[in-house]
Amino acid sequence: MQITVTINGTNRTADAEPRTLLVDFIRTNLGMTGTHIGCDTTSCGACTVILDGKPVKSCTILAAQANGHEVRTVEGLKQNGSLHPIQAAFKEHHGLQCGFCTPGMMLVGAALIEDNPDATEDEIRWELSGNICRCTGYKNIVTAIQAAGAQVKETSA
Amino acid sequence: MTTTAPRTTFEVGGLGHSVKRREDDRFIQGAGNYLDDIVLPGMLHMAIVRSPIAHGRIISIDTSAAMAVEGVVAVVTGEALAAHNLAWMPTLSGDTQAVLATDKVRYQGQEVAAVIATDPYIARDAAVLVEVDYEDLPAITSPQQALEEGAVLIRDEKEGQTDNLVYEWETGNKDSTDRAFAEADIVVSLETHYPRSHPSPLETCGAVADVNPADGQATIYLTSQAPHAHRTLFAIVAGLPEEKIRIISPDIGGGFGNKVPIYPGYVVATAASLLIGKPVKWIETRSENLISTGFARDYHMKGEMALTKDGKITGMRASILSDQGAFFADAQPTKFRAGLFHICTGSYDIGTAHVSARGAFTNKAPGGVAYRCSFRVTEASYLVERLADDAAWKLGMDPAEFRRKNFIDKDQFPYHSPTGFVYDSGDYHAAMDEAMSLSSYSEWRQKQAAGPTADGKLIGIGLASFTEVVGAGNSREWDIAGLKMIDSAELRVHPTGKAILKLGVKSQGQGHETTFAQIVAEELGIPFDHIKVMEGDTDNTPYGLGTYASRSTPVGGAATAMVSRNLRDKARKLAAHLLEASEDDLEWEPGKFTVRGTDASVTIQEIAFAAYTNFPEGMQAGLEGVHYYDPPNMTYPFGTYVVVVEVDPADGTWKVVEMTAVDDCGVRINPMIVDGQITGGLTEGFAKANMQWITFDDNGNCIGSNFLDYLVPTAYETPKFRLGATVTPSPHHPLGAKGVGESATVGSPAAYVNAVLDALRHGGHDIENIDMPVLPHRVWGALNGIEALP
Repeated sequence: MQITVTINGTNRTADAEPRTLLVDFIRTNLGMTGTHIGCDTTSCGACTVILDGKPVKSCTILAAQANGHEVRTVEGLKQNGSLHPIQAAFKEHHGLQCGFCTPGMMLVGAALIEDNPDATEDEIRWELSGNICRCTGYKNIVTAIQAAGAQVKETSA
Repeated sequence: MTTTAPRTTFEVGGLGHSVKRREDDRFIQGAGNYLDDIVLPGMLHMAIVRSPIAHGRIISIDTSAAMAVEGVVAVVTGEALAAHNLAWMPTLSGDTQAVLATDKVRYQGQEVAAVIATDPYIARDAAVLVEVDYEDLPAITSPQQALEEGAVLIRDEKEGQTDNLVYEWETGNKDSTDRAFAEADIVVSLETHYPRSHPSPLETCGAVADVNPADGQATIYLTSQAPHAHRTLFAIVAGLPEEKIRIISPDIGGGFGNKVPIYPGYVVATAASLLIGKPVKWIETRSENLISTGFARDYHMKGEMALTKDGKITGMRASILSDQGAFFADAQPTKFRAGLFHICTGSYDIGTAHVSARGAFTNKAPGGVAYRCSFRVTEASYLVERLADDAAWKLGMDPAEFRRKNFIDKDQFPYHSPTGFVYDSGDYHAAMDEAMSLSSYSEWRQKQAAGPTADGKLIGIGLASFTEVVGAGNSREWDIAGLKMIDSAELRVHPTGKAILKLGVKSQGQGHETTFAQIVAEELGIPFDHIKVMEGDTDNTPYGLGTYASRSTPVGGAATAMVSRNLRDKARKLAAHLLEASEDDLEWEPGKFTVRGTDASVTIQEIAFAAYTNFPEGMQAGLEGVHYYDPPNMTYPFGTYVVVVEVDPADGTWKVVEMTAVDDCGVRINPMIVDGQITGGLTEGFAKANMQWITFDDNGNCIGSNFLDYLVPTAYETPKFRLGATVTPSPHHPLGAKGVGESATVGSPAAYVNAVLDALRHGGHDIENIDMPVLPHRVWGALNGIEALP
């Protein structure tokens, strides 16, 4: 079937089996490999994308369900040649090591600070509880999200 | 923390600078290149058919229904591989392992057949249609059961194997240790199981094999922590000429030891590409990763300490029964059957010790990898640190005081341990002092003495003062499958003063592209961000044994320092030529040579240019070199961890209130990266103490085959960490660095468990042991006198 999604602001259409998972559609049909697969059971969050403004795990919904909707992936974080504050903060605060969970972590963080740039450490940890990182111990991920929140607030003030 | 100011500016970024990581630019933009991101023209996809049972004889395999699916190109069975002599492969511990089973299946999840198709969905569809008939055999699910008289023989195909014993191994001095125990005032003893765990890096294992049918050139993209060693083993397994094999290990999404072994999937994908003449991709699902690839630990341990009544340890005994799974595939040095478990005297000056170990085959997946660990040092550290707390409790001593009393003193280094290690350096008292102070240890003891919290929680304080042994190896003692554990670095400085550094090790997230560039920056004064670091391509990097057991900085880092120094020697000659001065009159500071007592100087960039444009007659052009480093000894990182917990006696749950970690990994190249390694390791240690657990039912069904059953901590469960440091340089490493990737995973589990037991003991419950993971129902059972809860 023909599936059309608005991905990072651009309409893209591709032909895919109805059973195609959104993550496979993004990675294979659209050739965007920044979204990763870590568990197949909605547990790890490596495949997190933003669907109509909300973080979802793209391994557990069908591409067909995203037909006609807006999807944002890690490739869409950078705008007009500038890193998103969450990207800059992950580098600045050493919020990543192997980088495999990073796109999902950053998208959850980006969605969170859009809603609540003042999120406390405990609130951030709760929001991240659907995403697994095996390298960092989370400390610097939390710090990076807090710093990005502060940056967003300062810019919009 | 004793440390010296960096010798380079932040912009140059030598030792001691927390410069930001160079690899991050691609990772934060979704532009990494992990294995599953690799797509080659005409590429096929492979799915593996696995055994649903733990032990059984294969009666028949019917592939016809699978072959009939449109898009299926081939179905490979063990029989087909046997025709090419590929049905079995050697393991890293000198055993053989089935690639695809031909006779029996020996664990749930074992590889039986593989389907190759044009699409990954089709490959999986067809894999379900491969019909395999099994005759069930009794499953052996514990090493104790395996060694019982009359136990069914798991390895009936193995010549000379008449029982399920894998190995027996011992070291130390039995007689003097027995004497110490006979003369002891007090003996403390502990039996505990370090449960089976799985490293489960977030990226699973996989391969893309691309064998060119025209010339037989095999390019194999592999999730490999040790690409060079894998190339050699591939040459041996597949009989391919080694020059025709190129292993490329792309960006790796975490390894933690899981990506050290060679897996059947790698071999089948390569064989399939060879037979079909097209590239073949294989990527594990998470379940496949958890049930079939390198597990860790699974040691049934008994430890004893002989003590004087005033608290001095006079002897130690440890005996191990190891659950090896169906094949002996431990990734560890050939000479040591139980890895480095015999470092189990830890940080203590114990006059004599004896260690004995046995391993048994069971109907479980093979592996025995060093999960964020240097070859079983994690089990060793856990045993001795649990015993230390038990001993202090029995003696009525404070566990910090007990440790201080028994620490190897800083003046005793190099320290010869009773089981044959030579500890390079340490100052255990200093790390303990720092940990006591940072954690407000005595205040916590006072709070504990005041009784439970207002809401009835029991306060517990747990310690661990670990000593690690990392950086394998030296070529005298250390090899894996015969390959000596050296490592290498090749450095090429380009005419414009930029450089490329090529390494035999391979990062899986540790930040090599930054840290190793910083080593060159320190030694040559070339800014770290002018140095490209290349790893993981066997055609384009010098030979090395890879990254695991915290060996990259101790061995690969040393090689990098040495090759940089060799280039500096040549640079001095070039500088003398350019400055028309004698080499002896030149003074070096990072980045330039100056003629002593003058302003005349020449920068490393000018020298590099001259190496290709203006070199003296008789000198070879270029500023390049390669160095193979054979370390004189291992390095011995150490530290003291303090954990404060609150245990709820009503339901057995426990929460970490504070976790303080003081690590001494010698000289820190990039402190930011070091701290990141430590917080990661502390989390893995917490995971094992609190939740992570692979177990099996009586039929050998794996419980823990996905992230819903195999719990790993998220940000929400993970404790908050407070870090401290002391710096005791390694005397034999060119930079004084010791390696840090695993210290926290090695040292911390005992601290968490000790804290829970300390809470219970101070709460009036004299409980000897709760096995990890310290699950609430186990704590509750212990508090209520109910034993044998699973």
